[in-house]
Amino acid sequence: MDIHEYQAKDLLKRFGVQVPRGGIAYSPEQAVYRASELSGERWVVKAQIHSGARGKAGGVRICSNEQEVSDAAQWMLGRKLVTHQTGPQGKLVSRLYVEEATSIAQEIYLGFVMDRKEERVVVVASAQGGMEIEEISEQEPESIIRSVVDPAVGMQAFQAREIAFSLGLDPTLIPQAIKTIMGCYRLMREMDANMVEINPMVVTNSGEIVALDAKVSFDDNALFRRPEISELRDKSQEDTRETFASDNGLSYIGLDGQIGCIVNGAGLAMATLDMIKMAGGEPANFLDVGGGASPDRVLMSFKAVLNDPKVEAILVNIFAGINRCDWVAEGVIRAMEELDLKIPVVVRLSGTNVEEGQKILAESTVNVIATDTLAEAAEKVVDAWKDISLKEAS
Amino acid sequence: MAILINSDTKVLVTGFTGRIGSFHTQDMIKHGTNVVGGVTPGKGGSTHLDLPVFNTVKGAVAETGAEMVISFVPPPFAADSIMEAADAGIKTCVCIADGIPAQDMIHVKRYMRRYKAEKRMRLIGPNCAGIITPGQAFAGLMPPHIYMPGRVGIVGRSGTLGYEAASQMKAKGIGVSSSIGIGGDPVNGSSFRDILELFENDPETDAVVMVGEIGGPQEAEAAEYIRDHMTKPVAAYVAGLSAPKGRRMGHAGAIVSAFGESAQEKVEILKDAGVSIVPTPSAFGETVAKMVA
Repeated sequence: MDIHEYQAKDLLKRFGVQVPRGGIAYSPEQAVYRASELSGERWVVKAQIHSGARGKAGGVRICSNEQEVSDAAQWMLGRKLVTHQTGPQGKLVSRLYVEEATSIAQEIYLGFVMDRKEERVVVVASAQGGMEIEEISEQEPESIIRSVVDPAVGMQAFQAREIAFSLGLDPTLIPQAIKTIMGCYRLMREMDANMVEINPMVVTNSGEIVALDAKVSFDDNALFRRPEISELRDKSQEDTRETFASDNGLSYIGLDGQIGCIVNGAGLAMATLDMIKMAGGEPANFLDVGGGASPDRVLMSFKAVLNDPKVEAILVNIFAGINRCDWVAEGVIRAMEELDLKIPVVVRLSGTNVEEGQKILAESTVNVIATDTLAEAAEKVVDAWKDISLKEAS
Repeated sequence: MAILINSDTKVLVTGFTGRIGSFHTQDMIKHGTNVVGGVTPGKGGSTHLDLPVFNTVKGAVAETGAEMVISFVPPPFAADSIMEAADAGIKTCVCIADGIPAQDMIHVKRYMRRYKAEKRMRLIGPNCAGIITPGQAFAGLMPPHIYMPGRVGIVGRSGTLGYEAASQMKAKGIGVSSSIGIGGDPVNGSSFRDILELFENDPETDAVVMVGEIGGPQEAEAAEYIRDHMTKPVAAYVAGLSAPKGRRMGHAGAIVSAFGESAQEKVEILKDAGVSIVPTPSAFGETVAKMVA
């Protein structure tokens, strides 16, 4: 789960990391009020969306008077910002963060990740801050410092000290740097974060270390024990199709194609998307209906898939282990009747109770295209979809 | 035996008396698995499914000589159940739970290192469908009837995609020595490489099918092992060719976040190591048939 920059900074502050003073605003008037509250001469108005690279999209503006603050807020609020991380549809700006401007003497990259090779938390730092880590590892790979944390004892002060000295910081800054690094680690550890990224962490002209931007994401599997983190979820930043599915306990990812997919198992679901693509179609979604797919759950999956108006055909692919093909068949029929489906639906059933499932489909009056193999299913759904596209064109 | 489990393996079930544990234990017994008992803290001394229930894994091992644990413990408590098994001297633990926090798994992996290599428990999973030696025994939740006994090993992250591979092989008359699900989590127990090594050393396995997916470094590590150490042929499929970067595709570990983690890159790495690539998920049967012909 991702959170906003201002939420990340709030958390960091609690763990002893210094952040610029700022406040949240939902309107241009409030943004101006926040600026006046902060006093000073320059402010930064920052669009709060779940994406990096906001600056290039116009989502970060430095302002020197109230009019500029108001104009920037006016421009950003209600706008969909498109960055290379949001996809072409962009993300809606409904909150702003107004911050005191910070003088920058030096920019540093500081990141904490779950490293899958080490199977531990790894700290990544570079004196070349401000760039994205991918750019740094391409352009300045020798500037990258890595340190692996032993989970039995947690991060040690000497590790933070080594990082701080390797960054070439002035010796007077070392204690503050250690406090910052240890604070980030504790946030990661104690709040079950997946990633904490401070980019840039800056040294100000007055010799302070401040987290200028912050990105924190959390382990969905640990949210059950972090209720205060769950509360930070902002559904407006999610694909509405995905919100509906996750509220109903389905694993769903929206894609750009026209063929809706309902599959059991993440691996088989990924493979089904691959198969559709190889057959010349484009999948509209990834959906794992999971184990114990009752008729109700299958019906709910149809609803989730059909929330996407682009969907012109549906492929149901079930290899039942703990699932039962007869239940899935019943669910398909119920969905087609209750939702009055007119688009082609291809169903491939295999595994537990497959004969019963196929019989239920064959004896029903609903118009489904039943198949036995994955290859056949993908071909049939792509053919059916192409037929519709042709009819529409002519 | 093929690998890890056969009809003699003494299996203990943790999370035994719950709905899911009970359901799958009955199925395991029905298909020949030697289940010797179960553990549910607080219910020790009673019997369930005509088998003894114990309060602790240590207690169960002392009474039954269990060598393997299959854990149906729910995700919030699953890491604890794995460590309990490791400390009780269990040889192999299969963990089904989908949804264990990553930091818990980091702790499990660190904890297991306290034992010397020869005494260290082998963990399979979590977030996996389990392991099976067709015709003999299984520990997990797969439908055993789709596997035909034979001499090709299967190792995969995904349950249902592994079923797909096994049933396509069966349709071509190709049987399975053992099928091992290593699970879809970013931090897991045994890796592809670990299981490939077991198959390489197993006299009852002639070839291996690997079912990989996007995310993580394990397919690349496996490729290196295949290139340098394997004499038996390997076929591989990597799911997620159409997966967008940075999105988690169902499995917690199925996310392309670094160089070399996309399906295309993994396919290239495996191909360079001499692996037969299964070009589509409907070509497991024909690719394996060609490989073992």
